Amino acid sequence: MSKLVRSLTIPFSVLLIAAVGFSACGGPSGGTSSSTTVKSASLTGAGATFPAPLYTKWFDEYHKLTGVKVNYQPIGSGGGISQIIEGTVDFGASDGIMTAEQQSKAESRRGPILHIPMTSGAVAVVYNLAGIGSGQLKLSGDILADIYLKKITKWNDPAVASLNPGIALPDAPIAVVHRSDGSGTTYIFTNYLSKISPEWGSRVGNATSVNWPGDIGGQGNAGVAGQVQQIPNSIGYVELAYAEQNKMSWATLKNKAGNFIEPTLEATTRAAEGVILPDDMKVMLTDSGNAEAYPVVGFTWMLVYVNQADKSKGETLAKVLWWAIHEGQEYTGALGYARLADSVVTRAENQLLSIKYQEQPLLSR
Amino acid sequence: MQNSKTMQAPSHKRGNSGTSGARRLGDRIFFNATLIFALLIVAILIGLLIVLNMDAMPAINKFGLAFLTDSSWDPVKEVFGALPAIYGTLLSSIIGLVIAVPVSLGAAIFLAELAPRWLSRPGSFLIEMLAAIPSVIIGLWGLFVMVPVIRNPVESWLGSTLGFLPLFQGPPFGVGFLAAGVILAIMIIPIITAVSREVMEAVPDTQREAMLALGATRWEMIQKAVLPYCRSGLTGAIILGLGRALGETMAVTMVIGNSYAITESLFSPGVTIASKIASEFSEASGDVYIGSLVELALVLFVITLLVNIIARLLVWRMTTVKAVIG
Repeated sequence: MSKLVRSLTIPFSVLLIAAVGFSACGGPSGGTSSSTTVKSASLTGAGATFPAPLYTKWFDEYHKLTGVKVNYQPIGSGGGISQIIEGTVDFGASDGIMTAEQQSKAESRRGPILHIPMTSGAVAVVYNLAGIGSGQLKLSGDILADIYLKKITKWNDPAVASLNPGIALPDAPIAVVHRSDGSGTTYIFTNYLSKISPEWGSRVGNATSVNWPGDIGGQGNAGVAGQVQQIPNSIGYVELAYAEQNKMSWATLKNKAGNFIEPTLEATTRAAEGVILPDDMKVMLTDSGNAEAYPVVGFTWMLVYVNQADKSKGETLAKVLWWAIHEGQEYTGALGYARLADSVVTRAENQLLSIKYQEQPLLSR
Repeated sequence: MQNSKTMQAPSHKRGNSGTSGARRLGDRIFFNATLIFALLIVAILIGLLIVLNMDAMPAINKFGLAFLTDSSWDPVKEVFGALPAIYGTLLSSIIGLVIAVPVSLGAAIFLAELAPRWLSRPGSFLIEMLAAIPSVIIGLWGLFVMVPVIRNPVESWLGSTLGFLPLFQGPPFGVGFLAAGVILAIMIIPIITAVSREVMEAVPDTQREAMLALGATRWEMIQKAVLPYCRSGLTGAIILGLGRALGETMAVTMVIGNSYAITESLFSPGVTIASKIASEFSEASGDVYIGSLVELALVLFVITLLVNIIARLLVWRMTTVKAVIG
């Protein structure tokens, strides 16, 4: 019996090795020869962690539909930007706009680079106050800035109390929690505070990580949420989806029109309808003028070169992204992301139509 | 030149003792292979230093020595200084050592000298198992289990009873230097205990017997015969623990509170070099910002090197003093 098994194992293992070898060879050779269909093509991208669950879902669904494989590595927006500048990936992804220095670096190597919006996300301001439920606490941008600047240090400060009549605010110090790691969430949050408060703009500023005046840093959304849930009388900020999953209490924020708005997906989508959208879509949606918009909202972008070096890859990439801004938007709500507003989709379409290979557009309507 | 001399010496010796040429060739291959491995390690170390230096250049050029004494960290205005991170690294490691050393030495003495055999074997095994827990898991446990306990009752009790000392002032957040020190102590106790126990077990029984024969109690025997005999080994064990504490990253990042400031209170949040790098490296952009993070790594490199040199000197001094006494 054992002899039989042994005599069979050798041919089997040879077969196995051969099969593995063939399939390994099959992938890349199919991708490079342009005569075969785009089905076997594969793309690589890297960047922001915030939209990673949505991107993974998209690329999984797209693979089922078309057979195209897209490999996305959520290494952080900063990493995504440097990888696309180096040209080691087919597309990058970022929650923040590339700096002028980064853009000129990229342009000098491979020409103009597009920021194509894929979805938008909101940052919820969360708190831990005994007896004050979710949505009950009202805050405005300048009060939020003063709390994060450590100028307002107690919950029963007259400025906070005047916005919240009828709520018993404790006579306790505010423990201020922020993200300690560099993140797009921080970029959106500090962008909002910079727009509202000139003092924040000059003292702290807007970046993926800043020089925080106050208190405690948590590692990632989980770290901030953990600190806020544990420390009584604390305040923090996390992605909307994260606040929802953890059933955290969030504040309603006063928007530009003077309305107090809860962070919802609908109010997030509305934000794009109160901001003048430039054609290159490099715009922050914070402090939107729309009366129903939540004020701390930002796009997350795919970074793609206008001039593609490889025709089949470029074409595949443009098609994947076209699918993402249309059919792909169906998957946003279930995963906690906000749909793109129609006006945004139109502009993103124009951006995708501008992608070309040797001066020939790769997509047509 | 030096190399070829030492290379010939061993083969010559063996040649005289009458071994075959093939064996001599084998020896030579073996010698060269091991030499290459040894040089490889040195090359990696030097390569590491060169690469770190190159990447840190934009920051070194911009800030110079002020990098070590400045205490701001502002990615927006691109002003960076390392002082709070150096302070936090040293402070959290010292707290860790202050807690870990008595516990570890006590445990090691018990396991090596006092415990019955049926207890000492599984006991040491369990302590060594503690060292195998990944640091991220210790960090999560620290954040969700240990930090609430530190906040209340530990910090609120310390604040109300010893609050007159600057060490125990400020709001009890839970996260901060104290939490980082405790988590580091938990992580280095297994190492210090395991090494100390082995060092103590290596003390010859004749030493103990001689002491007991003089009429010493068990405690006097341990204190006067065992501990002095293995003092250098124990120092080594502590330094090994300190080395791990200085470089520990994930667990500390999760409980230290990540605030870039120098405060004397153990309750306040702080930062270490390793936690700063881990937090910000992936999203850092711009040559000066990345350069500053890399320069932090260089500083940590130098600190660990200095600690090791000081430890070597200590061990060396102790052994020579002992030799003189002996």
